[in-house]
Amino acid sequence: MMEIIKIISSYSIPVFIFVVLGYGYIKGVKVYDAFIEGAKDGLTTAFRVLPYMVAMFVAIGIFRSSGAMDILINIVAPVTSLLGIPSQILPLAIIRPMSGIASTGMLAEILKAYGPDSYIGRVASTMMGSTETIFYTLSVYFGSIGVKRIRYTLWAALLADLAGFIASVVICSIVFDN
Amino acid sequence: MVNGIWILLILIGLIVSVFNGRLEAVTQSALDNAKYAVELCFGLVGIYALWLGLMKVAQESGMVNKIAEKAQRILGFIFTGIPLRHPAMGAVAMNIIANMLGLGNAATPLGIKAMKELQKLNPRKDTATDAMCMFLAVNTSSVQLIPTTVVALRSTAGSGNPAEIIGTALIATICSTTAAIIAVKILQRFY
Repeated sequence: MMEIIKIISSYSIPVFIFVVLGYGYIKGVKVYDAFIEGAKDGLTTAFRVLPYMVAMFVAIGIFRSSGAMDILINIVAPVTSLLGIPSQILPLAIIRPMSGIASTGMLAEILKAYGPDSYIGRVASTMMGSTETIFYTLSVYFGSIGVKRIRYTLWAALLADLAGFIASVVICSIVFDN
Repeated sequence: MVNGIWILLILIGLIVSVFNGRLEAVTQSALDNAKYAVELCFGLVGIYALWLGLMKVAQESGMVNKIAEKAQRILGFIFTGIPLRHPAMGAVAMNIIANMLGLGNAATPLGIKAMKELQKLNPRKDTATDAMCMFLAVNTSSVQLIPTTVVALRSTAGSGNPAEIIGTALIATICSTTAAIIAVKILQRFY
């Protein structure tokens, strides 16, 4: 099981590149030209998140360096230890369903503070990669068609989010043996 | 919501720093982090360009459409309220596949199109149908196969193996999406 997960991690990007480019070439796509055209969007996409990134990074930096983060972590520690979640990750877990860009900034700050290859860094990365923003997506999608009564959608989405968080912690504790 | 959290982080941080006597540290970290955030975005340019370039090839070769077509059959088991070969099913499949491949920008318009198609099947226009709830629960549970942004952030932060979380994230994603499907199937009996 552990070996399979590690193989998936190391093979997925090279295999993906091979399949996409190979299939494109066979289908007669001018792969180089198409690649360049798509790659142009990379610049705008990355720079569009810049102001959000600065805003979030500075805010969390102030919160952490003041000592407020330590206070918060100590307060939530009894609850998170019950769920088996490292308390340093709880702020990320809370903000994740609210905003994609804000949580991206928060993950980046966690990676900077604890190191990307630390246990906390790995769990935070896994969580971030296995959950999505909820509130914004629901309001945009339902808003676009004028649906006001969304019934149980939010509860199902939040349950799935929680499942993703817990799964991330469990899997990381098995694969990266803390 | 993010407004409130953002201002709380800053104000609480500043007040606590006065009590802890850490005003210099706070100033330093605010300046450092602003600078680091920009470096980080430069780090993202490369991997976004690589990914979006590959995705353009996948779209032009018809690969994305082809996967979405095949996926409709599997999705038919999950989305029980949609008739076979209805345009809603196609739009739902396209959105989910776009999300799987990490095409965030392309996924949103496809998702709104899917919602409009689902609304055509809806007898009560102000109330969500089970199919809509399922679509959004699956959508927000994350179905992304390769979390490129996370890999890029790890790489910029100096990870020895930025891709090592792809496998763990994939398993966790499967868990969260399965939980979404089960939650919708159970909750729809009570609403």
